[in-house]
Amino acid sequence: MTITEKILAKAAGKRSVRPGDLIDAKLDVVLFIDVTGPAAIKMLEARGIDKVFDREKIVVTPDHFQPPKDIQSAELHKRLDDWAKRNKIKYYYRLGRAGVCHALLPEQGHIRPGEVIIGPDSHTCTYGAFAAFSTGVGSTDLAAAIATGKLWFKVPESMKFVLNGKLGHGVYSKDVILTVIGRIGVDGALYRAMEFVGPALADMSMEARMTMTNMAIEAGGKNGIIGFDKVTKKYLDEHLKDKKEYTVFESDKDAEYIRVEEFDCTKIEPMVALPHLPSNAVPVTECAGKKMDQAYIGSCTNGRIEDLRIAAKILKGKQAAIRTIIVPATPTIWKQAKDEGLFDIFYEAGCVISAPTCGACLGGFMGVLAEGEKCISTTNRNFVGRMGHPKSEVYLASPATTAASAIEGKLADPRKYL
Amino acid sequence: MAKAHVYKRDHINTDEIIPARYLTTDNEAQLAKHAMEDLDKDFVKKVQKGDVIVAGEDFGCGSSREHAVWALRGAGVQTVIAKTFARIFYRNAINNGFYVIESPDALEKINDGNELKIDFKAGLIKNKTAGIDIKFNPLPDFALEIINDGGLLKHITKTTAD
Repeated sequence: MTITEKILAKAAGKRSVRPGDLIDAKLDVVLFIDVTGPAAIKMLEARGIDKVFDREKIVVTPDHFQPPKDIQSAELHKRLDDWAKRNKIKYYYRLGRAGVCHALLPEQGHIRPGEVIIGPDSHTCTYGAFAAFSTGVGSTDLAAAIATGKLWFKVPESMKFVLNGKLGHGVYSKDVILTVIGRIGVDGALYRAMEFVGPALADMSMEARMTMTNMAIEAGGKNGIIGFDKVTKKYLDEHLKDKKEYTVFESDKDAEYIRVEEFDCTKIEPMVALPHLPSNAVPVTECAGKKMDQAYIGSCTNGRIEDLRIAAKILKGKQAAIRTIIVPATPTIWKQAKDEGLFDIFYEAGCVISAPTCGACLGGFMGVLAEGEKCISTTNRNFVGRMGHPKSEVYLASPATTAASAIEGKLADPRKYL
Repeated sequence: MAKAHVYKRDHINTDEIIPARYLTTDNEAQLAKHAMEDLDKDFVKKVQKGDVIVAGEDFGCGSSREHAVWALRGAGVQTVIAKTFARIFYRNAINNGFYVIESPDALEKINDGNELKIDFKAGLIKNKTAGIDIKFNPLPDFALEIINDGGLLKHITKTTAD
């Protein structure tokens, strides 16, 4: 069996499962956020269900429209707040501790290998970087999960992505995942598990790995997953708090994959995904010089401390030529960046630093685009209208490429700044 | 009779079906006013109750927002026929009791404005305008059970009571 199959088998209380099997899986962690969560509360209340399966297994953080951007989103937050307090949710991160969910949960020690995690956000697949099974669901699934602690799943087929070689100078995991999606397409892994293996992973931090599993959904994947190693262990040793035990699964040598794709990471260049699909990935050398109006560094894909350090290294002593918005993904990252002096660098470069929020990544607020504007962004999606006006454009890239482009006001190769 | 609204395109995504700027509400009637807005701003003016959307591969890709299903249903859409569906949209549809149809050849056999009659049980789309029948594989039994019960939560309430 693959690692995904083993985790799902355990969660279903079975010795083994096969792709296509329908299972009822026990959930270890259920994420709850502000945009999709309040609808689940309404559904449960409409059925007279005002209880949760386990108040210690639900993690609540408002993030999409956090802090509330208008009256309607404030009403959603109020519904979330009332519900979380009434049900005595143990891990409820309020304003001041709330952050972009997929950066917050690992950082606060809620993600453990071998577990099954669901969340009402498509990028919930991020947690697969920790050798866990995690996937995004809608509000109805969330409501069922909260009430019962279980959900039905179809066991996915697995695809294997072998990452050979070593990343070059100025090349990051974001460039790798854009290359992967560029090769297989935005539905190249539809309904499937995307398992990443290979020597290039050894040099990647957990932050870098999360950037890749985060974008599994951009290839249509059900989950992204990376095996456990000493990098995983070190991160967990530093972050797990209340529950420190976990089970490590790994794929069998004879595990079956529907497809295997090999990549020579040594040859990967800094990449940019052009509008309007994440799969429109080209090397920055092929599109450098295109004028931008805004740069955005943040999100569940690339709003972690490592990302801010990379951006700061490039922006140090330089001036941003266009509006540049820095969004540390969690309060801890925010404080770390401040303590490390990164805020000074960003300030001197003329950037603005935002509170932790999903904000403009989904066109919510804090950096929405006008008609015809172009934004270079470290986020995950560049669909029509994603960050604002339907006639605006989003270009996806690494924090390095985004910072370099901020300085030049046009798409730029980061390697000359490193 | 259902009228077909045909979009000869793959990857029609959740940002096009219901842009995130409208996600400050989960009210179906409010969401319905903006269904498909960033793809076709006249959609809500054209669509009538019981109508059908026909599209290519990977319909509903992107976000997990169930608002996409609610917006379409609220606007009167009876079903979506696509070559394939993105996973979370497909799941959200079933969980809401909203039937979706996977058909590899419907897009080629249905033109915009065609009148359709759909027999969900038999797995048959009758294109009355073109005078042709298009077969499709009905949803698997477990999904039909959820749909017939009126969605996942009603299904769970029923099976738990059983």
